[in-house]
Amino acid sequence: MGRFIARRLMQLVPTLFGLSILLFIWPRQLPGGPETALLGDRGTPEQLVLIRQSLGLDEPLIVQYGKFLERLARFDLGTSISTRRPVLTEFADRFPATVELTVTAMIIAIGLGIPLGYLAARHRGSILDQLSVGWSLLGVCVPIFFLGYVLKAVGAENLGWFPSTGRQDPTIDATHVTGFYVLDGLLTQEWDASLDALWHLVLPGLTLASIPLAAIVRITRASVIEVLGTEHVRTAEAKGLTDAVLRRRHVLRNAMLPVSTTIGLMTGTLLSGAVLTETVFAFAGIGAFLAQAISELDYPVLMGFILFIALIYVLVNLVVDVSYGLIDPRIRVR
Amino acid sequence: MQAFRAKAVTAAVATAAVLLSAGCAESKRGETTEGDQTLVFGVAADPKMLDPSFAKDGETLRVARQMFETLVQPVPGGTEVEAGLAESWQASPDGLTWTFKIRQGVTFHDGTTLDGAAVCANFDRWFNATGVMQSPDVTGYWQDVFGGFAKNESESLPPSLYKSCAATDAATAVLTLTRTSSKIPSALGLPSFSIHSPAAMQKFGATIGGTTQSVEYPEYVKAHPTGTGPYKFVSWDVAAKRVTLERYDGYWGQKAKIKTVIFTAIPDEAARKQALRSGDIQGYDAVAPADQKPLADEGFNVLMKPAFNILYLGIDQAANPKLKDLRVRQAIAIALNRQALVDSKLPPGAEVATQFIPPTLAGWNADVTKYPYDVTKAKALLKEAGAEGLTLKYYYPTEVQRPYMPSTKDLFEIQKADLEAAGITIQPVPLKWTPDYLAAIRTTSDHDLHMLGWTGDYGDAYNFIGTFFDRPRKDFGFEDQALFDLFKTADAEPDATKRTELYKQLNAKIMETLPAIPISHTPAALVLGKNLTGIKTSPLSSELRLYTAEYTS
Amino acid sequence: MSVLTRKADRIDRLADQHGLSLWQEALRRLRRSPPAIIGAVIVVLFVVIALVGPLLVPHDPLSQAWRGEISEARGAFPGPRAENWLGVDHLGRDEFSRLIVGARQTLIVGVVSTLLGLAVGVLIGGIAGAAAGLGGRAGRFLDSFIMRIIDMLLAVPSLLLAVSVAAVLGQSLATVMIAIGLVSVPIFARLLRGAMLAQAESEYVTAAVALGVPQWKIAWSHLLPNSVGPVIVQATLTLATAIIEAAALSFLGLGNADAAIPEWGVMLADAQRYLSVRPEWAIYPSVGIIVIALGFTLLGESMREALDPKLRR
Repeated sequence: MGRFIARRLMQLVPTLFGLSILLFIWPRQLPGGPETALLGDRGTPEQLVLIRQSLGLDEPLIVQYGKFLERLARFDLGTSISTRRPVLTEFADRFPATVELTVTAMIIAIGLGIPLGYLAARHRGSILDQLSVGWSLLGVCVPIFFLGYVLKAVGAENLGWFPSTGRQDPTIDATHVTGFYVLDGLLTQEWDASLDALWHLVLPGLTLASIPLAAIVRITRASVIEVLGTEHVRTAEAKGLTDAVLRRRHVLRNAMLPVSTTIGLMTGTLLSGAVLTETVFAFAGIGAFLAQAISELDYPVLMGFILFIALIYVLVNLVVDVSYGLIDPRIRVR
Repeated sequence: MQAFRAKAVTAAVATAAVLLSAGCAESKRGETTEGDQTLVFGVAADPKMLDPSFAKDGETLRVARQMFETLVQPVPGGTEVEAGLAESWQASPDGLTWTFKIRQGVTFHDGTTLDGAAVCANFDRWFNATGVMQSPDVTGYWQDVFGGFAKNESESLPPSLYKSCAATDAATAVLTLTRTSSKIPSALGLPSFSIHSPAAMQKFGATIGGTTQSVEYPEYVKAHPTGTGPYKFVSWDVAAKRVTLERYDGYWGQKAKIKTVIFTAIPDEAARKQALRSGDIQGYDAVAPADQKPLADEGFNVLMKPAFNILYLGIDQAANPKLKDLRVRQAIAIALNRQALVDSKLPPGAEVATQFIPPTLAGWNADVTKYPYDVTKAKALLKEAGAEGLTLKYYYPTEVQRPYMPSTKDLFEIQKADLEAAGITIQPVPLKWTPDYLAAIRTTSDHDLHMLGWTGDYGDAYNFIGTFFDRPRKDFGFEDQALFDLFKTADAEPDATKRTELYKQLNAKIMETLPAIPISHTPAALVLGKNLTGIKTSPLSSELRLYTAEYTS
Repeated sequence: MSVLTRKADRIDRLADQHGLSLWQEALRRLRRSPPAIIGAVIVVLFVVIALVGPLLVPHDPLSQAWRGEISEARGAFPGPRAENWLGVDHLGRDEFSRLIVGARQTLIVGVVSTLLGLAVGVLIGGIAGAAAGLGGRAGRFLDSFIMRIIDMLLAVPSLLLAVSVAAVLGQSLATVMIAIGLVSVPIFARLLRGAMLAQAESEYVTAAVALGVPQWKIAWSHLLPNSVGPVIVQATLTLATAIIEAAALSFLGLGNADAAIPEWGVMLADAQRYLSVRPEWAIYPSVGIIVIALGFTLLGESMREALDPKLRR
């Protein structure tokens, strides 16, 4: 198993190397530069000249690339132009929020998607099938920020059931240990803080869940149909096993493999979705931070984010691979 | 299986019930017992840091205004200055020596006492800035008002206006200047000249280090801002985008009515509005024009901040030889239906600008040349100047909102329609506000027309017209030595009445030569919760003092 | 199998299909599937509106003819009336005309960006597939080199890819289309390569090779035509995502900055400021986007299902 993981990790090296070159070249193609962003509204022409002098990239490219790699190796992603804090610190501060949000969305999507997909497959062609598939398709077709605004208008403004923005009521003076607010509340036994954080997750979680939900319904449905068609399930049916046993022992377990792959693959898409969701809900995670960086072309942040996302994507898929290897030893040899 | 399902259902119902009750509990926010209340104010972004002297962003300045005070301060609701930490002041006849009588019995949040030496310690800190602190993105306001430093590290920096500060006794600080300037004392009311506790700065370290690319902030400006204001700093939770302040009970003046003030960042404008409606926040700034009426109709307190800004259409005479012709510039001015623009797109109280300073400011001239809308005459003028079929590049910014330009794209579309009706073809050049727009306008010469504006920092006309026209700038691309000289005379005139006369002359001259076209003065709006009152709005953008706020019910 | 190719595998799986008879049967089954019919009707209707609509609109979508009647200060925005069927927009332009003309612009963005992704993706995927299937050792090396690059693109989330393009090229309609097109390149490339590899292993190709048919001819007249099925399905689905992604880019301020010509994504982004006064300005283009995306998705999904032998029972 150890060798298997090591080999997988080795395969990352060329990908990451290529990415680093892309990231290095990219900001050097940009028009303008960071100097003007630093000055804001009131930069006079004289000040603009002054600040350009204090920057200046005059070393040979290869030297700059060497320095860039060296900084990367030290996990130094530079400093955000807009907040003036190290990019890595910004990510570390905001990452828990995004994880909380995406995990919530995944839980909602899996909790709804697998039963829906399963039912659709079992009653293939029925109204239920059409509805669940149609509904999940509709989910992909609604622009996610529009869905966010609608959910907020209904759930927060009209009904007043949910808060419309943020991760926690700012008046709750909660202690933050890990940065995962729900977890923090449990750790410090501040139950209301934990509940409040959970409460703030409902609307953004539902919004973001619309992306993976459709895929999960579809994949579950397809793989359940496939499994139902296989010999051993037909045999089991013929043996007269009850529906529940059949479902647990044979169909779902075998259908879960492609579903879990999909979940691993959704990470990148989910993080893209988080950018929009977090912006709409002023949810202080990486996504909202990135949206701000996009509108201000804060490229140390953008670069750091691409690298970061690529790493996460790779790691999540590594985990998926490894868990595969655990389930099915044949994969390890391939 | 059956049993499991039943359990799951029970659990789900229980969770839902708990969540619902939590939701109900939340709606009681902001109405806790008397003297222990909280005000949550929604802002667009986190402050960059907490020291107003080294900040340029409005978010930092707004938070700092609650904690810090200046020697002189703007009168509530106006732009003139009145006594602040200085009870009174006296200028020498030549305007070079300013004696400030320091208010006694004022303490900083760390318990130390304010005296003349403390005031001078602050001026020394600013004047003796070195390294990255001389960068205009750190000390921009100091450079705007005082120019350079004790030792200028760049040749582009001008010699300093500041000469020295001496504390002759505990209650006196004497400020000496190298020449007369129109900016003193009004500019000393800027948040940048907030008086900090020297002891706290000493204790936590207040020197900014690093390079322009990566500025390193010391502890003091990140976590220990110490002033004399009605609120003191409690915490800044960067991850949660939340700054918490608390009433300073040792405040020398009227104590704050609401105990806790929290600034929470909600970058999206529509999200701020929804947060107000759902009770997450009790107020926010810079309300969009279209939202002002609906929010007022719903019972929220929409407060108008009097207009203290200018939106203008910049003309670059260096970019296009046709624009050097006064008749062409006049044609552009009268081709714009500015009244229609104000009526359709700007909030209540906005008005067409006849010159580059708002009417409330001394030096405003009722008799400047006016350019009423007349598209037929515009066509005739263009024909006369041989500029028919003129094509102009119009630069405008995107991804930005300012009180004077609530929606740049709309304002552009409207002006484009007007100008095209007069036969001028417009090539749109939209650029992102950060990082491209200002650099393009101020350091290149390709922008025939551009949209920009200005919000006044303090109550002096020079802060408007001087900023634009007192020297050659790439923005406008013209050289008019007579005009530049007149500015110098006005700036150096110590007598306020005479200076006002000179400002009037300047305004008349500018509107005659028309280096740019003033469009409008636009009030900004602030919205507060339905039962929140007591806040007096100010025309100055960074002026928002929350210590007078209170809940009525 | 590399870690990053996991996503690629899923795409490859879709490509695992065979010849023409499949198409004929698929078509027969599509005609009996209600979702497919609904999807097709929506798409046809949309295309007709986009093609003919702009010729028939009651007003010039760019003319600010009713600007005199609007006032942000008073919250006055003329609503639906005989002259303007859906009222006027925030600059006094006819909302209905803008929506109709916007349909065309939206379709252009979707189609052009999809075609762009398709063309580049098919080119890359075709070269890689042909090389891997027929080119021996050197071919396999070329194939794996190309696929490494493609995998790298897959790892970067689409939105960020688009941001990068917009950052380098500046903001314009072309940028939006290039950015969205670029995002779908790796998908198309993967898909075609997988399908061609599956074909390369089939008996008739082995026979052709044995008969001495030139390799380029096998690739061009056998591998490629027999592999386009899944690519067409994917293109239909990509059209839907392209339209939604264009809206997302506009929302983040990366859309077409010069928005004189109406486009639904831009209209939606503009409407955000008026959510409390005129929510319908956001609703009209949203519903348009949702319906058309649904149309393409229904059609694409039905096609995929009809073509997928595993789902037949």
